[in-house]
Amino acid sequence: MDWFPLGKVSDVPLGGGRYVDTPAGQIAVLRNEEGELFAVHNRCPHRGGPLSEGFVSGKTVFCPLHNWQIDLERGEALPPDQGCVKTFPLKTEGEEIWLGLSEAQP
Amino acid sequence: MAKKARLVVIGNGMAGIRTVEELLKMAPDLYEITVFGDEPHPNYNRILLTPVLAGEMRLEETILNDHDWYAEHGITLRTGSPVAKIDRVRRKVITEQGETVPYDRILIATGAAAALAPIPGKDLPGVYSYRDMRDVEALTQVSAEGGEAVIIGAGLLGLEVAHGLNARGMQVTVVHRRAWPLDKQLDARGGAMLQQAMEARGIRFLLERESAAVLGTDRVEGLQFQDGSSIPARIVVMTVGIRPRIALAKDAGLACEQGILVSDTLQTYDPRIYAVGECVQHRGMTYGLVAPLFEQAKVAANHLAEYGRMRYEGSVTSTKLKVTGIELFSAGDFLGGEDTEELTLLDAHQGIYKKVVLQNSKIKGILLYGDTSIGPWLFEHLRQESDISTMRDHLLFGETHLGDAGHSGASQAARLPDSAEICGCNGVSKGQIVHAIREGLFTVEEVRKCTKASASCGSCTGLVEQLLMSTLGGVYDGSARKKAICACTDYTHQEVRDAIRKEKLLSVRETFRFLGWRNPGGCASCRPAVNYYVRAAWPAEGKDDPSARFINERAHANIQKDGTYSVVPRIYGGVTTPAELKRIAEVAERHAVPMVKFTGGQRLDLLGVAKEKLPVIWAELDMPSGHAYGKALRTVKSCVGKEFCRFGVQDSTQLAIDLEKNLERMWAPHKVKLAASGCPRNCAESTIKDVGVIGVDSGWEIYVGGNGGMKVRAADLLTKVKTEAEVIEISKAFLQMYREDAQYLERTAPWVERVGLERIKARVVDDLEQRKALAQALDFAIAQEKDPWAEAVAGRLDIHAGPLRRISA
Repeated sequence: MDWFPLGKVSDVPLGGGRYVDTPAGQIAVLRNEEGELFAVHNRCPHRGGPLSEGFVSGKTVFCPLHNWQIDLERGEALPPDQGCVKTFPLKTEGEEIWLGLSEAQP
Repeated sequence: MAKKARLVVIGNGMAGIRTVEELLKMAPDLYEITVFGDEPHPNYNRILLTPVLAGEMRLEETILNDHDWYAEHGITLRTGSPVAKIDRVRRKVITEQGETVPYDRILIATGAAAALAPIPGKDLPGVYSYRDMRDVEALTQVSAEGGEAVIIGAGLLGLEVAHGLNARGMQVTVVHRRAWPLDKQLDARGGAMLQQAMEARGIRFLLERESAAVLGTDRVEGLQFQDGSSIPARIVVMTVGIRPRIALAKDAGLACEQGILVSDTLQTYDPRIYAVGECVQHRGMTYGLVAPLFEQAKVAANHLAEYGRMRYEGSVTSTKLKVTGIELFSAGDFLGGEDTEELTLLDAHQGIYKKVVLQNSKIKGILLYGDTSIGPWLFEHLRQESDISTMRDHLLFGETHLGDAGHSGASQAARLPDSAEICGCNGVSKGQIVHAIREGLFTVEEVRKCTKASASCGSCTGLVEQLLMSTLGGVYDGSARKKAICACTDYTHQEVRDAIRKEKLLSVRETFRFLGWRNPGGCASCRPAVNYYVRAAWPAEGKDDPSARFINERAHANIQKDGTYSVVPRIYGGVTTPAELKRIAEVAERHAVPMVKFTGGQRLDLLGVAKEKLPVIWAELDMPSGHAYGKALRTVKSCVGKEFCRFGVQDSTQLAIDLEKNLERMWAPHKVKLAASGCPRNCAESTIKDVGVIGVDSGWEIYVGGNGGMKVRAADLLTKVKTEAEVIEISKAFLQMYREDAQYLERTAPWVERVGLERIKARVVDDLEQRKALAQALDFAIAQEKDPWAEAVAGRLDIHAGPLRRISA
């Protein structure tokens, strides 16, 4: 696992998100109203909508294209929808956000 | 951890368990819950007794909460050990077996029992009531041998059981004291039509007959009437009414009349004891339909959860007969009186009868037979007490040619085939939705969760409501009376708006906090709505929260299916110059924009632009945002007008430019489109716009509330004026009234219908002072807004165009 600094916590809007370009594809970094951070692939399992542009509330992100709801801890779409996105580890040190990517990831 | 409070629920029926469900949603861990039930089944949908009796459904299909549900929520369910006594002093309930269970709160939901006619022989074997699954099971068994069944009472239940037994092959006779069946739901004409339809299925009616005695020695052999005549009967089913079950409450010293007396918070004489459902009497009324019970459940749960916020103020109910193939809907005072008027339509050949009772241009009563598709729509107007004078002439034909995008609902849902697609976004058919509703769904929210229908753009919400209505009948309507914004709160749009104004709430977060939002982050429905309400109420001080805006309004461009965006610069009135066109063309070429297209509103659209490129393209275009992505003023479409056109009588292009310059940057509950035509040929299609003007010799006609989208609606003529200045001021006043009054995502078309053209005219045309004040309020709001593209180019607005970081391999 390699850790990459992404920027400051405050660079990610509360209740929203930003995206990061990585060799593993685009990853959405999301922050809920409590300030909790999540990282998932930036592609909704439905039709590939950019989750970084969705509403974040609690543990859920609402996809901006067709309003699918994705649980950010498990990376799974909420019923009745079915599908999942890959989640990625994040950590913060002070104000800095770090993203963990394992080497095996293409 | 402190010990949980103990809640004892007496009654395992729809009202009691619905309250528990609502309670668990709000306060899942507050109580240790014990439920006592008489019947051996878990909670089932009592409304579906008739389909079970008629053999159209099985018992298992009616179960609402199975045993696992109770286990999952840690609820102790005790069937078959009835509560004998409530000891209020020691706060214990005592079962018939002598066991005691302590409580902190009690919820009584004992329901009602069937009343039996007080005639000799009523206790003979072969006399049945029709009330619960036991009755259905007994009737199913006995009907297998056929023979004569006599039903006493031609109310809703009586006719349903008649239908069920007839379907099971018995010879059914319905006996009734009154001159026509369903006299509480139908007038004489409707009753006669219903009788005819049921007779055609082989059910016999004996009307204006008073039963005197059930004949027989060991078991039922017949029924005798007061006039001495009699008919043979193998079984007699009595459906002469219900009696609230209040014995337990009465013995405990709680005040009772017909039912257990409860306050607006559903509390009995003892504030620790709540009661809901058919056993209660509220403001002198008892209810035997499910819709009011659900409303009560919501309020009782709110108080049990210690929110203490809602009040139950009684219910307006409508009824629907659940007999396959017979359509009947009635509500309110459908008989009418001296000071009422009636609109009726009778087509005896097709078996259609519609009647609406009016008083002072408001609907007081509805009776529909044969075609009930407009029932929900009319009922909504009855409940809202709306002024219907402007639609009086087509009231009986429904709203098929009215309304926008299905929000106020196409009235055709019930007639569509099962394969018809209701939700275009998620590809959900009518059959799937109806099936899911039958499995035990009651609200739009539940249908949305379970099937996805109306979960995306929401434009089919009206159709889904119609399906709920036509599938569930009267069960549905109650929950619709007060529509909460979304599942995050119980407050309606109007209540939230009022609070924002009154309490001067200046941000989405403050509003959520003040109103105790269940979900502190809100959801995709409430966040944008509340943000709009804050901005509309407080244009200067209210905080515009980008995280509460849809991506389009945050990026100031329209997101496309592949995640790219489209860019539509503002071109006032659709009038451009060669230099401007050249610049647009060069920008498109330089950035290899995949598609350049004219929009339906006479503007240019650059499609397929990556988010990262938006700011640079805006900078190079050097034009204001066309707001093609927002709930905002879009375009003012125009025709050539008198400057060039040989028919033109007014300068429509100049007026379109002036209107657009006056209104650009206006946010609204939904998108707003205008048009200006220079003569009555109306080439700019002004009559399908939110505001459209048409030039005539003597000035301008102003039309409002038109729509050319999913549901076409021709605009209404608001007024005629002489000058351009008046057109602009009245347009502003109209749009400001819309901004202040309409619900978020409500277009002008349904809004105009909802509030009525007369009320709008009074404020924006007739009252010059109000007109001016409204126009000024809009000017003030627009003055607070800056062009977002220019702001972004100048570095004052960050749309987060680029990635947070690029990590390379």
